[in-house]
This record gives sequence, C-alpha cells and structure tokens, in this order.
Amino acid sequence: MNNSATILHLRHVRKSYPGAVSTEVLHGIDISIAQGEFVALVGPSGSGKSTLLNILGLLDRPTSGSVEILGQDCTRLDDAGLTRLRGQSLGFVFQFHHLLPSFTAEENVFLPMQASVGHFTPDMRNRARDLLARIGLEGFETRPVFRLSGGQQQRVAIARALIMNPALVLADEPTGNLDRASGQQAFEFMQQFNRELGTAFLLVTHDPTLAKRCDRILTLEDGYLANGEQTT
Amino acid sequence: MRFELHMALRFLKEGRMQTALILAGISTGVGVIIFISALIGGLQESIIDRTLGTQAHVVLQPPEEEARPQLDRERETVLEHIQRPAQRLRSILGWPQLLAELRRRPEVTAASPTVAGSAFALRGTANRSVALRGVDPESYSGILDLRTKLTEGAFDLTGTHIVVGVELAKELGLSVGDTLRLTAPEDRSEVFTISGLFDVGNKDLNLRWVFVSLREGQTMMNLSGGVSTVEVKVRDIFSAEKEAREIRAATGLKTDSWMTLNSELLIGLRGQNSSSVMIQFFVIIAVMLGIASVLVVSVIQKGRQIGILRAFGTRREQVLRIFLLQGGLLGVVGSLGGILLGTFLALFFQSMVSNQDGTPTFPVALTAALYARSVLIALLTGVVGAWLPARRAANLDPAVAIRYE
Repeated sequence: MNNSATILHLRHVRKSYPGAVSTEVLHGIDISIAQGEFVALVGPSGSGKSTLLNILGLLDRPTSGSVEILGQDCTRLDDAGLTRLRGQSLGFVFQFHHLLPSFTAEENVFLPMQASVGHFTPDMRNRARDLLARIGLEGFETRPVFRLSGGQQQRVAIARALIMNPALVLADEPTGNLDRASGQQAFEFMQQFNRELGTAFLLVTHDPTLAKRCDRILTLEDGYLANGEQTT
Repeated sequence: MRFELHMALRFLKEGRMQTALILAGISTGVGVIIFISALIGGLQESIIDRTLGTQAHVVLQPPEEEARPQLDRERETVLEHIQRPAQRLRSILGWPQLLAELRRRPEVTAASPTVAGSAFALRGTANRSVALRGVDPESYSGILDLRTKLTEGAFDLTGTHIVVGVELAKELGLSVGDTLRLTAPEDRSEVFTISGLFDVGNKDLNLRWVFVSLREGQTMMNLSGGVSTVEVKVRDIFSAEKEAREIRAATGLKTDSWMTLNSELLIGLRGQNSSSVMIQFFVIIAVMLGIASVLVVSVIQKGRQIGILRAFGTRREQVLRIFLLQGGLLGVVGSLGGILLGTFLALFFQSMVSNQDGTPTFPVALTAALYARSVLIALLTGVVGAWLPARRAANLDPAVAIRYE
C-alpha cells in the first residue's frame, strides 16, 4: 500500500445471512485502499468476493464491523446517505457490463450524472464524449449499445463508472466475459485511467496474469483474507 | 429534460407492445366514459330543455294565508278544529323592489313579474277554460322567449292584443286578427284581438295559456298595480332549490323551485347521473388495474436496469417518480386517444336516429369540461394505478436486482 490518503477502510467486517442456521460468509475482514491504488481481489467461487464487493459498494450492509469511505462511517448512514455517497464516490463495472440496452453509448455514460443533477445539461454529453474518446470509442457515441461488440460495451461501462470522477471503481470480473484481446484492452484502459485520473480500482478477477499487473493482490478464501490485515 | 421523465419515456418506448396495448385499453376506457357522459348529458339537457323550457326555475308568490286560531287569556288555543282558508289571488307587496333585489343576485339570470289566474275564453257559443298570464314582454323573454315559439303573427301585447296557443286557436277557430272575449272572475270581461299564435311544444299549454299585457292582466284579475307571481330563471338549474330557499328566507314569500314542482323528473335525472357515475367508476377501476398490471410486469422486466440505476446513485424517490410518471403519461396519452374515440362514437350515435323535425333523437353533450375532466381522471387513474408498482420498484434491493435478474 502506498502512503496516499486512505479512501476506503474496512474494519473487522463480518457478514452472515440469517436462516435456520446462520451462515457467516465474511469472517472479520480488514481492508484499506489508498487513493490511486490498483488492487486485485482474487479467490475461488464461493469465497465471498461478491458479498465483499456489495459491502464495499454500499449495496449491502455488514452484520458487524465498519466501512469507511473518504473518512465517512458508512454504517451510520441511512439509505439516502448511502445512495448519495455511492453516486458521488464509487463507480461500478460489472462482468456483464449491465448497460441500459435502449440507450446510446453516450447516454449510458452520462446517466449517473443526470441522475445526480436531476436533469440533462450539454456539459454532461461533452464529458461523456470525452471519456468515450479516451477509451477509443470516438464515433460510437450515438450508437445504441446493443449494436456494439462485447468489448466496446465493456469500455462504455468503464466510461460510465468514471463519469462522476469517483474515488474508487469496483470492477467485478470486468474481463471475465470478454475474449483475451478485448479483456486485455479493457484492463489497459482501466490502468490508464488509474494513472491519469488517480482513480483507485479494486478489480475482482480470476485471471492471475491480470492480478499480477496490479499494485496489490488481496486473496479471499472461505470468507477470510489470506494476505490482508485479517482478524479472527 | 428531467432525468425521471427521460427514463419514463425510455421505459415506455422499450416496452412498445405493452405500451401500445395499455394505451389502447386506456383509450377504450376513456372513450366509453366520454361516450356515456356525452349521451347521458345530452339526453338530460334535452329532457330539461323540453320540460323546463316553458317553466320558470323559481316561482315567487305571496305567503299563504293562514287561519289564526282564537286564543284565550293564557294564550292557549280555544278552537279544536281550525279550517284552512281558501287562498285568494293576492299581490306580492313591494314587488318592484323585490325585482330589483332578485336581479342583483349573481345566480339569477332573469326575473319577471306576472299576473296569473283563470278565465274563460268565449267565441260565439264555444268557450274554453284558460290560464290567463299577464306578462311584461321585455322581462318575460328571459323566462320564455315566446317570439321564437310563434307560428303565426307577432308577440304584440300592446293595448288589448293577446297571444294564444295553436291548440286554443284550433278549438275556437281563431287566427291572427280575430277577436276573443275573455271573462275573468267577478264578471270582468274584455274583448281582445289575436296578435299571434304560439307553439311551445306542449299540447296542454298550447290549449290553456293566453298571454296579455301585465296591465290587462292586472285589470282582469282585479289586481290593480299588483303582481301575483314573480318568475325567476337561474344560471345553474340544479341550484334552483338553493336559490328558492335563500329567497324565501330573505323575503318571507312562498317560493317553489322546478325541483320541487317536478320531483319525479329530478329523481329520474339523478338516477341517470348515478348510473353514469357507476359505469365510469368501474371503467376507471378496470383502467387502473390495467395500468398497474402493465407496470408490475415492467418492474419485473426492468429489475436489473433499476438495480443498475440505484447502484449508480439514483435515489429511491427518483425511481418512484419514474414509474409514477409512466402511469401519468399513459393516462394522459391514453385519454387523448379516448377523446377521439368517444367523440367519434358519440357523434356517430347521434347521427344514427333523428326526430321528425330533424333534431337528433339521442343528442350528445360534448363539452370542453367533459374532455378536461376525462384527461384529469385518466391522469389520476394512471398515477394511482402506478403507485404500487412504483413503490415496488423504489424498494428493489439493487444488489439483489443486479445479481438475479
């Protein structure tokens, strides 16, 4: 970890799901991510990566422990507060891009900004076009996303994750559904933005080659961090 | 464009087939509402026009004479049986001031003094019992415009000119320019000249009504300078009873509205209104359920998109508004289609059957107020119908929606 300001701090995070027998999925996770870091999160299926990502992304709450983003204790925030913080500080890239199919590439990119401001402004389009150009999609701005290739769609999803200038982008296997070349390209664009914008990335991946190219690798096994500040 | 409106329009566009089907459903529903309302409204207007066209909405008369029971010193009634006195023809005291006051009332559109009583019309050996009506032609035109009802001659009541109905003219063999003797109680008699014949569309009135000038009426009925009734027309016919009550309270006069004089008609009109409201209510419920079911399906289909929007910072209330807007848009656009459909149906129905005089048997009342009310009802129905699906969408857990959809 570098010495830059910490943007995300998880302390002793546990997550269990209620049922006839309560199942604990995360067993006291401690993670810190600093500004501008590019961190890989690896682990086998069922190790708790998605649950951890949901908690990091403020889409779910831990059963115990705390989540701090930009110094703010998220466990104290209500739903509206979490939504606001999520919109302003976090970006998401999903494995299956999850773009809105009937929208154009640029509309998909500026939607988070439009939702945040409440209405459309021409600046939003300019910013979306700028991001699309930087990611090699100049000329595709007004094309409906269902007409783009899988690699292009994932690049649109990366641009969308960056439109609000987030402190941290959570990327859940963003290359998992792409061919090797497209996956490689998407990864390189993320690294480019990491370097140019200083945006931190947490990349969930099954690809050891990509993981090795990250600043740091966190390994999650059976709900424990194998090489992090782990508590039991 | 507002974010919520942008998303609502896109969601509706995405589900083209569903949107088209529910719009067709809403249009049909609103069309039925417009058609039924226009038909019932038209029929009511026609019935009211035919029935009340010859009537004042409120008739003012002097208060009824009452027998005063004999009282003893303790002010207790001495007589056990008190006979009601016969009602004489009397004048309304201070009727010119009363007229001025009535005309100042915002709801009153016309007020006219009249002298009304019974008389006999004699022509040769034939005679008929008639209802003599002494009127002021100018102000009475606001109650009943006889000029438009004339079949022959002119509405001239100057001097000893009179206007009679076509049935009386037929019975007594009268035509314009002929003379007719009228004999009133107390043997007051006068010969009049027929200046015009009228047809008010009612055989009995055409036989019984005889119009003379107010002055001649006063002379014939021995009511010198007085009037026996003041007739009033009001802006909203259904406010007649309320006006009658208020005038009664203010003046102490006997007041009868058309609503009390035609209570059976009123019951019929209210029955029609109730059935129209019931039909509209069930149509609205059907439309509401249609909108709700389409939007429930939409929420299920778009669960992942909603989850993504939520993940990117879209607030719950924004999601709620997106779906409420969809309901409102469906309602408004559907109602526009309904206006076209309902108008077409109503006009088509109206043109199908006509009376002998060319007027439609089923007249329809298509008004701007009906259209505006239909759009408003459809808008509210859409928003209410969208409420539960909208809440469901707003409460979607984004993590679950993204993972499982």
